Amino acid sequence: MIGFWKKIYAKHDSVKAYSLLSPALILIILAMVVPMALMLSFSMFTQVNMMEIDYTFTFQRYIDFFQKNLLVTLLIKSIKISFLVTLITLITAYPVCYYIAFYVKKNKMLWLVLLTLPFWTSYLLRVFSWKIILGTKGVINSSLINAGILNEPLTFLMYSETAVVITLTHAWAAFALLPLYVSLEKIDFSFIEAGRDLGLSRFEVFWKITFPLSLPGVIGAILIIFIPTVGDYVTPALLGGTDGRMLSNMIQAYFGKINNIPLGAASATIMLTTVVFITIIVSNVTKKLTQRLT
Amino acid sequence: MNEKNNTLLIYTLLYFGFLYVPVLFLPIFSFNDANYMSFPLAGFTTEHYEEMWSKRNLHKALWASIKVGVVASVISTTIALFAAKAFARYKFRGQKISYGGIMMPFLIPEIILAVAILIIWINLGFKLGLVPVTIGHTLFCTPFAMLILIARIEGFDFSLEEASRDLGENAWGTFFRVSFPLYLPGIVAALLLSFIISFDEFILAFFLTGSDATLPMYMWGQMRFVQKLPHVLALGAVIIVFTTFIVLLAFWLRNVGQGKVKKDIAVKL
Repeated sequence: MIGFWKKIYAKHDSVKAYSLLSPALILIILAMVVPMALMLSFSMFTQVNMMEIDYTFTFQRYIDFFQKNLLVTLLIKSIKISFLVTLITLITAYPVCYYIAFYVKKNKMLWLVLLTLPFWTSYLLRVFSWKIILGTKGVINSSLINAGILNEPLTFLMYSETAVVITLTHAWAAFALLPLYVSLEKIDFSFIEAGRDLGLSRFEVFWKITFPLSLPGVIGAILIIFIPTVGDYVTPALLGGTDGRMLSNMIQAYFGKINNIPLGAASATIMLTTVVFITIIVSNVTKKLTQRLT
Repeated sequence: MNEKNNTLLIYTLLYFGFLYVPVLFLPIFSFNDANYMSFPLAGFTTEHYEEMWSKRNLHKALWASIKVGVVASVISTTIALFAAKAFARYKFRGQKISYGGIMMPFLIPEIILAVAILIIWINLGFKLGLVPVTIGHTLFCTPFAMLILIARIEGFDFSLEEASRDLGENAWGTFFRVSFPLYLPGIVAALLLSFIISFDEFILAFFLTGSDATLPMYMWGQMRFVQKLPHVLALGAVIIVFTTFIVLLAFWLRNVGQGKVKKDIAVKL
Protein backbone atom coordinates (compact mmCIF):
# COMPACT_ATOMS: atom_id res chain seq x y z
CA MET A 1 0.00 0.00 0.00
CA ILE A 2 2.73 2.42 0.99
CA GLY A 3 4.60 1.43 -2.12
CA PHE A 4 1.58 2.32 -4.22
CA TRP A 5 1.37 5.83 -2.76
CA LYS A 6 5.10 6.27 -3.12
CA LYS A 7 4.79 5.43 -6.79
CA ILE A 8 2.00 7.93 -7.33
CA TYR A 9 3.97 10.52 -5.42
CA ALA A 10 7.08 9.97 -7.48
CA LYS A 11 5.28 9.98 -10.81
CA HIS A 12 3.07 13.01 -10.60
CA ASP A 13 4.48 16.48 -10.30
CA SER A 14 1.04 17.81 -9.36
CA VAL A 15 0.86 15.56 -6.31
CA LYS A 16 4.32 16.68 -5.20
CA ALA A 17 3.53 20.32 -5.88
CA TYR A 18 0.24 20.24 -3.98
CA SER A 19 1.72 18.46 -0.99
CA LEU A 20 4.31 21.26 -0.81
CA LEU A 21 1.60 23.87 -1.28
CA SER A 22 -0.83 22.41 1.24
CA PRO A 23 0.33 24.37 4.31
CA ALA A 24 0.02 27.66 2.41
CA LEU A 25 -3.35 26.72 0.93
CA ILE A 26 -4.68 25.60 4.33
CA LEU A 27 -3.54 28.91 5.83
CA ILE A 28 -5.26 30.89 3.06
CA ILE A 29 -8.47 28.89 3.40
CA LEU A 30 -8.67 28.97 7.21
CA ALA A 31 -7.42 32.49 7.82
CA MET A 32 -8.79 34.26 4.75
CA VAL A 33 -11.41 32.41 2.69
CA VAL A 34 -13.53 31.10 5.58
CA PRO A 35 -13.38 34.37 7.56
CA MET A 36 -14.33 36.34 4.45
CA ALA A 37 -17.23 33.98 3.75
CA LEU A 38 -18.40 34.51 7.31
CA MET A 39 -18.04 38.27 6.86
CA LEU A 40 -20.25 37.98 3.79
CA SER A 41 -22.94 36.10 5.73
CA PHE A 42 -22.78 38.59 8.62
CA SER A 43 -23.49 41.36 6.15
CA MET A 44 -26.91 39.75 5.72
CA PHE A 45 -27.81 39.68 9.42
CA THR A 46 -29.31 42.37 11.62
CA GLN A 47 -27.93 43.99 14.76
CA VAL A 48 -30.87 44.03 17.22
CA ASN A 49 -29.17 45.78 20.12
CA MET A 50 -25.65 46.12 21.53
CA MET A 51 -25.34 42.41 22.29
CA GLU A 52 -27.80 40.59 20.05
CA ILE A 53 -27.74 39.77 16.38
CA ASP A 54 -30.73 38.48 14.43
CA TYR A 55 -29.52 35.70 12.14
CA THR A 56 -32.29 35.75 9.52
CA PHE A 57 -31.01 36.48 6.03
CA THR A 58 -31.80 39.89 4.60
CA PHE A 59 -30.30 42.28 2.06
CA GLN A 60 -31.44 45.20 4.19
CA ARG A 61 -27.85 46.14 5.21
CA TYR A 62 -26.96 46.78 1.56
CA ILE A 63 -30.07 48.90 1.15
CA ASP A 64 -29.11 50.71 4.38
CA PHE A 65 -25.65 51.38 2.96
CA PHE A 66 -26.93 53.01 -0.20
CA GLN A 67 -29.60 54.93 1.67
CA LYS A 68 -27.07 56.50 4.00
CA ASN A 69 -25.68 59.49 2.18
CA LEU A 70 -22.64 59.53 4.43
CA LEU A 71 -21.56 56.01 3.49
CA VAL A 72 -22.02 56.52 -0.25
CA THR A 73 -20.17 59.83 -0.04
CA LEU A 74 -17.31 58.17 1.86
CA LEU A 75 -17.13 55.33 -0.68
CA ILE A 76 -16.93 57.81 -3.56
CA LYS A 77 -14.38 59.89 -1.65
CA SER A 78 -12.24 56.79 -0.95
CA ILE A 79 -12.24 55.95 -4.65
CA LYS A 80 -11.48 59.53 -5.62
CA ILE A 81 -8.58 59.85 -3.15
CA SER A 82 -7.11 56.50 -4.25
CA PHE A 83 -7.46 57.49 -7.87
CA LEU A 84 -5.61 60.77 -7.26
CA VAL A 85 -2.91 59.04 -5.21
CA THR A 86 -2.39 56.39 -7.90
CA LEU A 87 -2.19 58.98 -10.68
CA ILE A 88 0.19 61.31 -8.83
CA THR A 89 2.42 58.46 -7.63
CA LEU A 90 2.69 57.08 -11.17
CA ILE A 91 3.46 60.43 -12.80
CA THR A 92 6.05 61.40 -10.19
CA ALA A 93 7.73 57.98 -9.99
CA TYR A 94 7.92 57.28 -13.73
CA PRO A 95 10.77 59.70 -14.56
CA VAL A 96 12.81 58.37 -11.63
CA CYS A 97 12.51 54.78 -12.88
CA TYR A 98 13.20 55.96 -16.43
CA TYR A 99 16.37 57.64 -15.26
CA ILE A 100 17.62 54.61 -13.33
CA ALA A 101 16.73 52.17 -16.10
CA PHE A 102 18.32 54.11 -18.97
CA TYR A 103 20.91 56.53 -17.59
CA VAL A 104 22.37 54.93 -14.47
CA LYS A 105 25.29 52.71 -15.43
CA LYS A 106 26.79 51.42 -12.21
CA ASN A 107 25.16 50.06 -9.06
CA LYS A 108 21.59 50.10 -10.28
CA MET A 109 20.64 47.76 -7.44
CA LEU A 110 21.97 50.22 -4.90
CA TRP A 111 19.77 52.98 -6.34
CA LEU A 112 16.77 50.70 -6.14
CA VAL A 113 17.49 49.61 -2.58
CA LEU A 114 17.83 53.26 -1.56
CA LEU A 115 14.53 54.09 -3.27
CA THR A 116 12.63 51.36 -1.46
CA LEU A 117 14.35 51.68 1.91
CA PRO A 118 12.02 54.34 3.39
CA PHE A 119 9.09 52.05 2.56
CA TRP A 120 10.32 49.54 5.13
CA THR A 121 10.20 51.98 8.03
CA SER A 122 6.97 51.74 9.96
CA TYR A 123 3.92 52.92 8.02
CA LEU A 124 2.51 54.51 11.15
CA LEU A 125 5.71 56.52 11.67
CA ARG A 126 5.83 57.68 8.06
CA VAL A 127 2.28 58.95 8.32
CA PHE A 128 3.09 60.52 11.64
CA SER A 129 6.09 62.36 10.20
CA TRP A 130 3.72 64.08 7.75
CA LYS A 131 1.71 65.26 10.72
CA ILE A 132 4.90 66.92 11.97
CA ILE A 133 5.43 68.56 8.59
CA LEU A 134 1.91 69.66 7.74
CA GLY A 135 0.57 70.43 11.22
CA THR A 136 -0.71 73.88 12.24
CA LYS A 137 2.43 74.31 14.33
CA GLY A 138 4.38 71.97 12.07
CA VAL A 139 7.55 72.32 10.07
CA ILE A 140 6.09 74.14 7.06
CA ASN A 141 3.93 76.56 8.98
CA SER A 142 6.46 77.38 11.70
CA SER A 143 9.21 77.96 9.12
CA LEU A 144 7.04 80.21 6.97
CA ILE A 145 5.88 82.22 9.98
CA ASN A 146 9.44 82.55 11.29
CA ALA A 147 10.64 83.71 7.90
CA GLY A 148 7.97 86.41 8.00
CA ILE A 149 6.20 85.14 4.90
CA LEU A 150 3.03 84.22 6.75
CA ASN A 151 1.22 85.73 9.71
CA GLU A 152 -1.13 82.84 10.31
CA PRO A 153 -0.64 79.14 9.69
CA LEU A 154 -1.99 77.63 6.48
CA THR A 155 -4.94 75.59 7.66
CA PHE A 156 -5.65 73.69 4.45
CA LEU A 157 -2.42 71.70 4.90
CA MET A 158 -3.65 69.70 7.86
CA TYR A 159 -6.85 67.73 8.39
CA SER A 160 -7.80 67.81 4.75
CA GLU A 161 -8.04 65.68 1.63
CA THR A 162 -4.81 67.34 0.41
CA ALA A 163 -2.94 66.09 3.47
CA VAL A 164 -4.25 62.56 2.90
CA VAL A 165 -3.29 62.56 -0.79
CA ILE A 166 0.24 63.89 -0.14
CA THR A 167 0.88 61.41 2.65
CA LEU A 168 -0.41 58.41 0.73
CA THR A 169 1.64 59.41 -2.32
CA HIS A 170 4.71 59.28 -0.11
CA ALA A 171 3.68 56.09 1.67
CA TRP A 172 3.01 54.02 -1.47
CA ALA A 173 5.86 55.27 -3.67
CA ALA A 174 7.80 52.00 -3.49
CA PHE A 175 4.84 50.14 -4.96
CA ALA A 176 5.02 52.26 -8.09
CA LEU A 177 8.80 52.37 -8.31
CA LEU A 178 9.44 48.63 -8.37
CA PRO A 179 7.02 47.48 -11.11
CA LEU A 180 7.78 50.55 -13.26
CA TYR A 181 11.51 49.97 -12.99
CA VAL A 182 11.23 46.27 -13.79
CA SER A 183 9.19 46.91 -16.95
CA LEU A 184 11.42 49.76 -18.14
CA GLU A 185 14.58 47.77 -17.49
CA LYS A 186 13.28 44.97 -19.72
CA ILE A 187 12.88 47.19 -22.78
CA ASP A 188 15.31 46.30 -25.51
CA PHE A 189 17.22 49.48 -26.14
CA SER A 190 17.62 48.76 -29.84
CA PHE A 191 13.87 49.49 -30.30
CA ILE A 192 14.44 53.00 -29.04
CA GLU A 193 17.55 53.45 -31.17
CA ALA A 194 15.66 52.19 -34.20
CA GLY A 195 12.94 54.75 -33.54
CA ARG A 196 15.51 57.51 -33.35
CA ASP A 197 17.24 56.33 -36.52
CA LEU A 198 13.93 56.38 -38.35
CA GLY A 199 13.65 60.06 -37.52
CA LEU A 200 11.12 60.07 -34.70
CA SER A 201 11.40 62.92 -32.23
CA ARG A 202 12.22 62.17 -28.59
CA PHE A 203 8.60 62.73 -27.70
CA GLU A 204 7.35 60.37 -30.40
CA VAL A 205 9.87 57.72 -29.37
CA PHE A 206 8.54 57.92 -25.84
CA TRP A 207 4.84 57.80 -26.78
CA LYS A 208 5.10 55.22 -29.51
CA ILE A 209 7.79 52.92 -28.16
CA THR A 210 8.91 53.35 -24.57
CA PHE A 211 5.58 54.05 -22.90
CA PRO A 212 3.59 51.24 -24.56
CA LEU A 213 6.36 48.77 -23.72
CA SER A 214 6.30 49.84 -20.09
CA LEU A 215 2.53 49.38 -19.79
CA PRO A 216 2.72 46.07 -17.86
CA GLY A 217 4.60 47.90 -15.11
CA VAL A 218 2.10 50.75 -15.20
CA ILE A 219 -0.82 48.33 -14.77
CA GLY A 220 0.96 46.53 -11.95
CA ALA A 221 1.63 49.81 -10.19
CA ILE A 222 -1.96 51.01 -10.65
CA LEU A 223 -3.38 47.87 -9.08
CA ILE A 224 -1.02 47.54 -6.14
CA ILE A 225 -1.42 51.19 -5.20
CA PHE A 226 -5.12 51.62 -5.86
CA ILE A 227 -6.37 48.50 -4.08
CA PRO A 228 -4.78 49.03 -0.66
CA THR A 229 -5.26 52.80 -0.58
CA VAL A 230 -9.04 52.46 -1.04
CA GLY A 231 -9.03 50.68 2.32
CA ASP A 232 -6.53 52.91 4.09
CA TYR A 233 -7.36 53.74 7.69
CA VAL A 234 -4.32 55.28 9.37
CA THR A 235 -3.71 58.27 7.12
CA PRO A 236 -7.29 59.59 7.05
CA ALA A 237 -7.60 58.97 10.80
CA LEU A 238 -4.41 60.89 11.64
CA LEU A 239 -4.43 63.57 8.96
CA GLY A 240 -7.82 63.62 7.32
CA GLY A 241 -9.98 65.48 9.82
CA THR A 242 -13.61 65.47 8.75
CA ASP A 243 -12.81 66.53 5.19
CA GLY A 244 -10.41 63.68 4.50
CA ARG A 245 -12.31 60.84 6.14
CA MET A 246 -12.60 57.61 4.15
CA LEU A 247 -14.84 54.54 4.22
CA SER A 248 -12.43 52.53 6.42
CA ASN A 249 -12.84 54.99 9.26
CA MET A 250 -16.58 54.34 9.23
CA ILE A 251 -16.09 50.55 9.00
CA GLN A 252 -13.88 50.74 12.08
CA ALA A 253 -16.59 52.71 13.89
CA TYR A 254 -19.20 50.04 13.09
CA PHE A 255 -16.97 47.42 14.68
CA GLY A 256 -16.05 49.78 17.53
CA LYS A 257 -18.18 52.37 19.22
CA ILE A 258 -21.29 52.22 16.98
CA ASN A 259 -21.33 48.42 17.25
CA ASN A 260 -23.26 47.46 14.15
CA ILE A 261 -21.30 44.46 12.93
CA PRO A 262 -23.66 43.53 10.05
CA LEU A 263 -23.56 47.03 8.57
CA GLY A 264 -19.78 47.09 9.06
CA ALA A 265 -19.50 43.74 7.29
CA ALA A 266 -21.74 44.99 4.46
CA SER A 267 -19.57 48.12 4.08
CA ALA A 268 -16.42 45.97 3.96
CA THR A 269 -18.04 43.69 1.37
CA ILE A 270 -19.04 46.67 -0.76
CA MET A 271 -15.48 48.00 -0.53
CA LEU A 272 -14.10 44.65 -1.64
CA THR A 273 -16.59 44.37 -4.50
CA THR A 274 -15.67 47.87 -5.69
CA VAL A 275 -11.99 46.99 -5.61
CA VAL A 276 -12.52 43.76 -7.55
CA PHE A 277 -14.72 45.56 -10.08
CA ILE A 278 -12.16 48.32 -10.65
CA THR A 279 -9.35 45.74 -10.92
CA ILE A 280 -11.25 43.96 -13.71
CA ILE A 281 -11.94 47.22 -15.57
CA VAL A 282 -8.33 48.40 -15.28
CA SER A 283 -6.86 45.14 -16.50
CA ASN A 284 -9.29 44.89 -19.42
CA VAL A 285 -8.90 48.48 -20.55
CA THR A 286 -5.13 48.31 -20.36
CA LYS A 287 -5.07 44.98 -22.17
CA LYS A 288 -6.96 46.53 -25.09
CA LEU A 289 -4.75 49.61 -24.95
CA THR A 290 -1.61 47.47 -25.06
CA GLN A 291 -2.93 45.56 -28.06
CA ARG A 292 -3.67 48.76 -29.91
CA LEU A 293 -0.36 50.41 -29.10
CA THR A 294 1.95 47.53 -29.82
CA MET B 1 22.69 55.19 -24.02
CA ASN B 2 25.79 57.21 -23.30
CA GLU B 3 24.30 60.66 -23.07
CA LYS B 4 23.62 62.31 -19.77
CA ASN B 5 20.36 63.80 -18.72
CA ASN B 6 20.84 66.39 -16.03
CA THR B 7 17.20 67.43 -15.81
CA LEU B 8 16.22 63.88 -15.00
CA LEU B 9 19.12 63.51 -12.58
CA ILE B 10 18.08 66.61 -10.66
CA TYR B 11 14.47 65.43 -10.63
CA THR B 12 15.54 62.01 -9.34
CA LEU B 13 17.57 63.58 -6.54
CA LEU B 14 14.61 65.79 -5.59
CA TYR B 15 12.43 62.70 -5.50
CA PHE B 16 14.93 61.06 -3.15
CA GLY B 17 14.57 64.15 -0.97
CA PHE B 18 10.79 63.75 -0.99
CA LEU B 19 11.17 60.13 0.10
CA TYR B 20 13.77 60.66 2.82
CA VAL B 21 13.31 64.12 4.35
CA PRO B 22 9.90 63.45 6.00
CA VAL B 23 11.23 60.36 7.76
CA LEU B 24 14.29 62.28 8.98
CA PHE B 25 12.18 64.77 10.92
CA LEU B 26 11.45 62.13 13.56
CA PRO B 27 15.08 61.69 14.67
CA ILE B 28 15.70 65.45 14.39
CA PHE B 29 12.84 66.39 16.68
CA SER B 30 13.55 63.51 19.06
CA PHE B 31 16.63 65.45 20.22
CA ASN B 32 14.80 68.78 20.37
CA ASP B 33 14.37 70.25 23.82
CA ALA B 34 10.67 71.11 23.48
CA ASN B 35 7.29 69.44 23.60
CA TYR B 36 6.10 70.78 20.26
CA MET B 37 7.57 70.08 16.85
CA SER B 38 8.32 73.31 15.09
CA PHE B 39 11.26 75.41 13.94
CA PRO B 40 13.50 76.90 15.18
CA LEU B 41 14.86 73.98 17.20
CA ALA B 42 14.98 74.75 20.92
CA GLY B 43 18.18 72.97 21.89
CA PHE B 44 19.73 69.55 22.20
CA THR B 45 18.52 67.01 24.76
CA THR B 46 18.47 63.25 25.29
CA GLU B 47 15.70 63.61 27.88
CA HIS B 48 13.07 62.07 25.56
CA TYR B 49 15.15 58.93 25.25
CA GLU B 50 15.43 58.65 29.02
CA GLU B 51 11.68 59.12 29.32
CA MET B 52 11.14 56.38 26.75
CA TRP B 53 13.36 54.04 28.73
CA SER B 54 11.25 54.48 31.87
CA LYS B 55 7.87 53.53 30.38
CA ARG B 56 6.67 50.15 31.63
CA ASN B 57 3.85 49.88 29.09
CA LEU B 58 6.32 50.45 26.31
CA HIS B 59 8.43 47.54 27.46
CA LYS B 60 5.34 45.34 27.54
CA ALA B 61 4.33 46.43 24.04
CA LEU B 62 7.85 45.88 22.73
CA TRP B 63 7.89 42.35 24.15
CA ALA B 64 4.46 41.65 22.62
CA SER B 65 5.64 42.85 19.20
CA ILE B 66 8.78 40.73 19.38
CA LYS B 67 6.78 37.61 20.31
CA VAL B 68 4.25 38.14 17.52
CA GLY B 69 6.99 39.01 15.02
CA VAL B 70 9.15 35.98 15.76
CA VAL B 71 6.29 33.47 15.67
CA ALA B 72 4.65 35.01 12.57
CA SER B 73 7.92 35.25 10.63
CA VAL B 74 9.03 31.70 11.45
CA ILE B 75 5.66 30.16 10.51
CA SER B 76 5.17 32.25 7.38
CA THR B 77 8.72 31.65 6.13
CA THR B 78 8.35 27.88 6.66
CA ILE B 79 5.02 27.77 4.84
CA ALA B 80 6.40 30.07 2.12
CA LEU B 81 9.50 27.90 1.65
CA PHE B 82 7.42 24.84 0.75
CA ALA B 83 5.14 26.89 -1.49
CA ALA B 84 8.06 28.64 -3.21
CA LYS B 85 9.66 25.29 -3.89
CA ALA B 86 6.44 24.00 -5.47
CA PHE B 87 6.19 27.03 -7.79
CA ALA B 88 9.86 27.14 -8.72
CA ARG B 89 10.26 23.42 -9.28
CA TYR B 90 7.05 22.05 -10.77
CA LYS B 91 4.58 22.78 -13.52
CA PHE B 92 1.13 21.68 -12.46
CA ARG B 93 -2.56 22.22 -13.00
CA GLY B 94 -4.08 25.11 -11.09
CA GLN B 95 -0.67 26.74 -10.70
CA LYS B 96 -1.89 30.23 -11.55
CA ILE B 97 -4.94 30.02 -9.30
CA SER B 98 -2.91 28.71 -6.36
CA TYR B 99 -0.34 31.44 -6.86
CA GLY B 100 -3.03 34.11 -7.05
CA GLY B 101 -4.73 32.72 -3.95
CA ILE B 102 -1.55 32.80 -1.88
CA MET B 103 -0.75 36.36 -3.09
CA MET B 104 -4.28 37.57 -2.23
CA PRO B 105 -3.61 38.78 1.35
CA PHE B 106 -1.03 41.13 -0.14
CA LEU B 107 -3.58 42.59 -2.58
CA ILE B 108 -6.78 42.82 -0.53
CA PRO B 109 -7.15 45.99 1.57
CA GLU B 110 -5.82 45.04 4.99
CA ILE B 111 -8.85 46.37 6.81
CA ILE B 112 -10.99 43.69 5.12
CA LEU B 113 -8.69 40.89 6.32
CA ALA B 114 -8.78 42.41 9.81
CA VAL B 115 -12.57 42.65 9.88
CA ALA B 116 -13.01 39.10 8.55
CA ILE B 117 -10.64 37.58 11.13
CA LEU B 118 -12.27 39.67 13.87
CA ILE B 119 -15.73 38.34 13.03
CA ILE B 120 -14.71 34.68 12.96
CA TRP B 121 -12.58 35.00 16.09
CA ILE B 122 -15.23 36.53 18.33
CA ASN B 123 -17.89 34.16 16.97
CA LEU B 124 -15.77 31.16 17.84
CA GLY B 125 -15.95 32.54 21.36
CA PHE B 126 -12.21 33.28 21.65
CA LYS B 127 -10.76 36.33 23.35
CA LEU B 128 -8.99 38.97 21.29
CA GLY B 129 -5.26 39.21 21.93
CA LEU B 130 -1.89 38.37 20.47
CA VAL B 131 -2.97 35.00 19.01
CA PRO B 132 -5.35 36.36 16.34
CA VAL B 133 -2.81 39.12 15.59
CA THR B 134 -0.16 36.45 15.00
CA ILE B 135 -2.52 34.54 12.69
CA GLY B 136 -3.26 37.73 10.75
CA HIS B 137 0.44 38.60 10.48
CA THR B 138 1.32 35.08 9.33
CA LEU B 139 -1.30 35.37 6.60
CA PHE B 140 0.01 38.80 5.58
CA CYS B 141 3.74 37.90 5.66
CA THR B 142 3.48 34.63 3.69
CA PRO B 143 3.18 36.23 0.20
CA PHE B 144 6.19 38.51 0.89
CA ALA B 145 8.31 35.62 2.13
CA MET B 146 7.22 33.52 -0.85
CA LEU B 147 8.23 36.20 -3.38
CA ILE B 148 11.70 36.46 -1.84
CA LEU B 149 12.13 32.67 -1.72
CA ILE B 150 10.88 32.07 -5.27
CA ALA B 151 13.49 34.54 -6.53
CA ARG B 152 16.09 32.57 -4.60
CA ILE B 153 14.99 29.09 -5.64
CA GLU B 154 14.46 29.96 -9.31
CA GLY B 155 18.18 30.47 -9.85
CA PHE B 156 18.80 27.08 -8.25
CA ASP B 157 20.17 24.14 -10.19
CA PHE B 158 17.87 21.23 -9.40
CA SER B 159 20.34 18.71 -10.81
CA LEU B 160 22.24 19.13 -7.51
CA GLU B 161 19.24 17.65 -5.72
CA GLU B 162 18.92 14.88 -8.26
CA ALA B 163 22.60 14.08 -7.88
CA SER B 164 22.17 13.80 -4.14
CA ARG B 165 19.18 11.47 -4.59
CA ASP B 166 21.10 9.35 -7.09
CA LEU B 167 23.96 9.05 -4.65
CA GLY B 168 21.56 7.45 -2.20
CA GLU B 169 20.56 10.31 0.10
CA ASN B 170 16.87 10.28 1.09
CA ALA B 171 14.48 13.22 0.67
CA TRP B 172 15.09 14.72 4.12
CA GLY B 173 18.84 14.28 3.87
CA THR B 174 18.83 15.94 0.47
CA PHE B 175 16.80 18.80 1.81
CA PHE B 176 18.92 19.41 4.88
CA ARG B 177 22.33 18.77 3.36
CA VAL B 178 21.95 20.14 -0.16
CA SER B 179 18.95 22.42 -0.67
CA PHE B 180 18.69 24.07 2.75
CA PRO B 181 22.26 25.42 2.91
CA LEU B 182 21.87 26.84 -0.59
CA TYR B 183 18.51 28.46 0.22
CA LEU B 184 19.75 29.71 3.58
CA PRO B 185 20.53 33.34 2.67
CA GLY B 186 17.08 33.63 1.08
CA ILE B 187 15.45 32.04 4.11
CA VAL B 188 17.18 34.44 6.49
CA ALA B 189 16.23 37.40 4.27
CA ALA B 190 12.60 36.21 4.26
CA LEU B 191 12.64 35.78 8.04
CA LEU B 192 14.06 39.24 8.62
CA LEU B 193 11.70 41.02 6.23
CA SER B 194 8.65 39.14 7.56
CA PHE B 195 9.66 40.08 11.07
CA ILE B 196 9.89 43.75 10.10
CA ILE B 197 6.52 43.67 8.35
CA SER B 198 4.90 42.14 11.43
CA PHE B 199 6.79 44.46 13.78
CA ASP B 200 5.48 47.55 11.97
CA GLU B 201 2.00 46.29 11.12
CA PHE B 202 -0.81 48.39 12.50
CA ILE B 203 -4.30 47.66 11.07
CA LEU B 204 -4.56 43.95 11.93
CA ALA B 205 -3.17 44.67 15.39
CA PHE B 206 -5.59 47.57 15.82
CA PHE B 207 -8.62 45.33 15.23
CA LEU B 208 -7.38 42.16 16.89
CA THR B 209 -5.20 42.93 19.92
CA GLY B 210 -7.89 43.76 22.46
CA SER B 211 -5.94 44.97 25.49
CA ASP B 212 -2.50 43.47 24.71
CA ALA B 213 -0.97 46.36 22.77
CA THR B 214 1.80 45.80 20.26
CA LEU B 215 4.39 48.54 19.71
CA PRO B 216 2.55 50.34 16.86
CA MET B 217 -0.64 50.18 18.98
CA TYR B 218 1.25 51.72 21.90
CA MET B 219 2.50 54.56 19.68
CA TRP B 220 -1.00 55.09 18.30
CA GLY B 221 -2.33 55.42 21.86
CA GLN B 222 0.32 58.00 22.76
CA MET B 223 0.00 60.08 19.59
CA ARG B 224 -3.24 61.61 20.81
CA PHE B 225 -1.59 63.40 23.72
CA VAL B 226 0.63 66.33 22.80
CA GLN B 227 2.73 66.16 25.98
CA LYS B 228 3.49 62.48 25.37
CA LEU B 229 4.63 62.96 21.78
CA PRO B 230 8.37 63.58 22.37
CA HIS B 231 9.04 60.10 23.72
CA VAL B 232 7.10 58.64 20.77
CA LEU B 233 9.52 60.55 18.53
CA ALA B 234 12.47 59.02 20.36
CA LEU B 235 10.91 55.58 20.06
CA GLY B 236 10.18 56.22 16.38
CA ALA B 237 13.80 57.22 15.77
CA VAL B 238 15.05 54.03 17.43
CA ILE B 239 12.61 51.92 15.39
CA ILE B 240 13.70 53.60 12.15
CA VAL B 241 17.38 52.91 12.84
CA PHE B 242 16.62 49.32 13.86
CA THR B 243 14.41 48.51 10.84
CA THR B 244 16.83 50.16 8.40
CA PHE B 245 19.64 48.01 9.77
CA ILE B 246 17.62 44.78 9.53
CA VAL B 247 16.36 45.57 6.02
CA LEU B 248 19.85 46.40 4.72
CA LEU B 249 21.10 43.17 6.24
CA ALA B 250 18.29 41.25 4.50
CA PHE B 251 19.02 42.90 1.13
CA TRP B 252 22.70 42.21 1.51
CA LEU B 253 22.06 38.55 2.33
CA ARG B 254 19.79 38.20 -0.66
CA ASN B 255 22.25 39.65 -3.16
CA VAL B 256 25.63 38.56 -1.85
CA GLY B 257 24.37 35.02 -1.28
CA GLN B 258 22.90 34.86 -4.76
CA GLY B 259 26.20 35.73 -6.42
CA LYS B 260 28.07 33.28 -4.26
CA VAL B 261 25.82 30.32 -5.01
CA LYS B 262 26.21 30.85 -8.74
CA LYS B 263 29.95 31.09 -8.36
CA ASP B 264 30.05 27.96 -6.21
CA ILE B 265 28.06 26.02 -8.73
CA ALA B 266 30.19 27.32 -11.58
CA VAL B 267 33.34 26.28 -9.74
CA LYS B 268 31.98 22.80 -9.05
CA LEU B 269 31.01 22.31 -12.66
